[in-house]
Amino acid sequence: MGKISLKQVTKAFGDAEVIPPLDLDINEGEFVVFVGPSGCGKSTLLRLIAGLEDVSSGTIEIDGQNATEVPPAKRGLAMVFQSYALYPHMSVRKNIAFPLKMAKMDPAEQERRVTAAAKVLNLTDYLDRRPGQLSGGQRQRVAIGRAIVREPAAFLFDEPLSNLDAALRVNMRLEISELHQSLATTMIYVTHDQVEAMTMADKIVVLRAGRIEQVGTPLELYRTPANQFVAGFIGSPKMNFITGEEAARFGAHTIGIRPEHCVLSTTDGTWKGKVGVAEHLGSDTFLYVTVPGMDPLTVRVQGEAGVHHGDTVFISPVAENLHRFEANGLAIRQATA
Amino acid sequence: MSRRVSNRRKALVTVIAWAIGIAIFFPILWTVLTSFKTEAEAIASPPSFVFFDWTLENYTEVNERSDYFLHFMNSVIISLGSTLLGLAIAIPAAWSMAFVPAKRTKDVLMWMLSTKMLPPVGVLIPIYLLFRDFGLLDTRTGLVIVLTLINLPIIVWMLFTYFKEIPGEILEAARMDGAGLWEEVIHVLTPMAVPGIASTLLLNVILAWNEAFWTLNLTAAKAAPLTAFIASYSSPEGLFYAKLSAASTLAIAPILVLGWFSQKQLVRGLTFGAVK
Amino acid sequence: MATAHSRAAARLMISPAVLLLLGWMIVPLSMTVYFSFLSYNLLMPGMEEFIGFTNYEFFLTDPAFFAALANTLLLVGGVLVITIVGGTLLALLLDQPFWGQGIVRILVIAPFFVMPTVSALVWKNMFMNPVNGLFAYFAKALGLQPFDFLAHAPLASIIVIVAWQWLPFATLILLTALQSLDQEQLEASEMDGANFLNRFVYIVLPHMSRAITVVILIQTIFLLSVFAEILVTTNGGPGTSSTNITYLVYAQSLLQFDVGGGSAGGIVAVILANIVAVFLMRMIGKNLEA
Repeated sequence: MGKISLKQVTKAFGDAEVIPPLDLDINEGEFVVFVGPSGCGKSTLLRLIAGLEDVSSGTIEIDGQNATEVPPAKRGLAMVFQSYALYPHMSVRKNIAFPLKMAKMDPAEQERRVTAAAKVLNLTDYLDRRPGQLSGGQRQRVAIGRAIVREPAAFLFDEPLSNLDAALRVNMRLEISELHQSLATTMIYVTHDQVEAMTMADKIVVLRAGRIEQVGTPLELYRTPANQFVAGFIGSPKMNFITGEEAARFGAHTIGIRPEHCVLSTTDGTWKGKVGVAEHLGSDTFLYVTVPGMDPLTVRVQGEAGVHHGDTVFISPVAENLHRFEANGLAIRQATA
Repeated sequence: MSRRVSNRRKALVTVIAWAIGIAIFFPILWTVLTSFKTEAEAIASPPSFVFFDWTLENYTEVNERSDYFLHFMNSVIISLGSTLLGLAIAIPAAWSMAFVPAKRTKDVLMWMLSTKMLPPVGVLIPIYLLFRDFGLLDTRTGLVIVLTLINLPIIVWMLFTYFKEIPGEILEAARMDGAGLWEEVIHVLTPMAVPGIASTLLLNVILAWNEAFWTLNLTAAKAAPLTAFIASYSSPEGLFYAKLSAASTLAIAPILVLGWFSQKQLVRGLTFGAVK
Repeated sequence: MATAHSRAAARLMISPAVLLLLGWMIVPLSMTVYFSFLSYNLLMPGMEEFIGFTNYEFFLTDPAFFAALANTLLLVGGVLVITIVGGTLLALLLDQPFWGQGIVRILVIAPFFVMPTVSALVWKNMFMNPVNGLFAYFAKALGLQPFDFLAHAPLASIIVIVAWQWLPFATLILLTALQSLDQEQLEASEMDGANFLNRFVYIVLPHMSRAITVVILIQTIFLLSVFAEILVTTNGGPGTSSTNITYLVYAQSLLQFDVGGGSAGGIVAVILANIVAVFLMRMIGKNLEA
């Protein structure tokens, strides 16, 4: 249960094509994250799978069945919305039981499942409250509870953590990952946050302007980005890009080097520059170094760097972690070439 | 947020505001007072404000006039009937415009509004003649139909602005949870929309209760609501101040109470959402 | 943001309302247009004949029409001036902190809920009556001759009555608009050295201009159709001195049974109202996009 295939799916709103023909296979039990900048079509793609939007052309298969024309209620999918979309006039218990009630399930079984879900999600004490009386994190859990009681073929998450504060977000991230481990159900998760994508996904789908830029495991994307867009989007702080003469020396239109793959020295190295702002995080230090003739470089140093604003430093890229790109942005694969 | 204001200034504002408030309210107050006077006291000079023999005889007399209760019930039936009928027609329409907006939705809404701008005299004759031919003159049914139609645009608009405030994601969540269209409407939309529907109902009962063009022109005796009934006091032989006051007080009291509850909705409803 | 299925359902749900309003607008309005080209009197059934624009000619050249047009404009204009100026001042007052705010608010709003026939009769008999009215009493108490308002200043009297009914509406809407004004804006302008008058002219008034426009337009629509107040107080008289277009059309059609002439007048009223409606609709339409 839970295999989803998109075949030549397109979506247009009026004349505006949001998603050009797109193929994608999501395997049973996989945790797939759609990631990309806002407006890249990731939410639209999720809504197409949910059935909340009609595809303009192409087919969507769920477990081998053509589901393109099937209304959302009959697709056997559960969705967690960005706003949680809880029913404000129903208690937590009724919210969670709602899909079961719609399925006309036996009330005793409804109760059993709601109780079980509440237990898993630490909501037992809140079952009789209204959503308005809950904190953001609790609401999020209710939304998840409402999704899991149905035992759906797959879960769809539409930026579920974006309304939570930073600390809670980390917690919920872990909880959702935990849930995936225990349920082993397919999950499709939409986010614009590459950290969420990297930490949770089995498979990441990077989208830009409705097009799939690359599909792969988090580490594949990190190590071998298919193009400059993916390279820049995955990883934090962002990869440094250098064009022009320096790049030409490496036989590329553009070269990219991640901040953590720069070696800092006060005596010698490839590029000579001046330290601008230094951000001390304790475990790491981020240095913003200005090098004549290049964009400022971000350099990540473990621990304390011992350099200060205005110091002259030398930076050298780690050769095996250097990425090279053609003028059209595609990566040059030196190892396979 | 509130600014600190000296008590002296506050006292001054209090006096001015109360004076103006009472002045504006005075005609109503005077009507209510007069309704408790005898006919002689009602036109006595100098007029008495509080120190007169309070009497309920006007109310008993108005109630005993066999027709008062009939007209009161006519008002109730016509205003409630037209409002409920209007809601039944408008709820589905407003629902679909708020949640399934199409390219034309805005045009449809504006067009509905434009029908409200049609001055009633523009269609007085045809409606009068049609009612005559269909035997609807001086019937409650006829008035319910007309008042439903003239208030339908306001009902649709008010509901639309309320429905617009219900997040669409909630309805999508219901759809994902396996709710069909009717289940969505019954279990999710309606409970969430009840406050808005109630306000709409309230405002439209008020508007229909006070409507005084069609009710005056399309009724004679049988179906006349209070607006028309009170108007009959304008003839010279009906000049009994105390009784007029008692009848008026009874006619405006229920709606005054409802109206005070619907202050906020009033603004939204009568400005078609342009001022909230 | 929806699927074909829900779109079809939506169309189905909207159609009763649309069809009913379409019927309500098209059928009677086209009948009015049709009648307006006929010589048609209810007292002479079976004598209808097509007479082209004659009814319009008669209606538009009738001195009563000019009187009615002037009265309509005076009535609308007079009530607007009173309610907008009064409403703005009242809104400013009610927006100040004072004891019993809620109660005063209720008192001020009350006239709006009084049915037109009641307020007209109360004013006519208990206040403006030259013998038994309160105004006459006060005049006598001051040694003045009581004034017969409805006989000697019928239009002005009606303007007062109607303005009393609509003042709450203007006040309520302007107050709502005033309360939505960002306090920090006012505080910023105060820091910038603006006094009360400056703040009112440069901050408050521009903020309220939209609400004022809405009040003007909506009241105009309703005020063009003032009817019950005139019927109950003066019957349009003396002569035509308090007849407005609405009342004129009513008198022509249902008192003189001249369907043709009344219809022509009705169409004229529709055209006049449409001129206002266009502006109002544009404003509301703009708001719909926001």
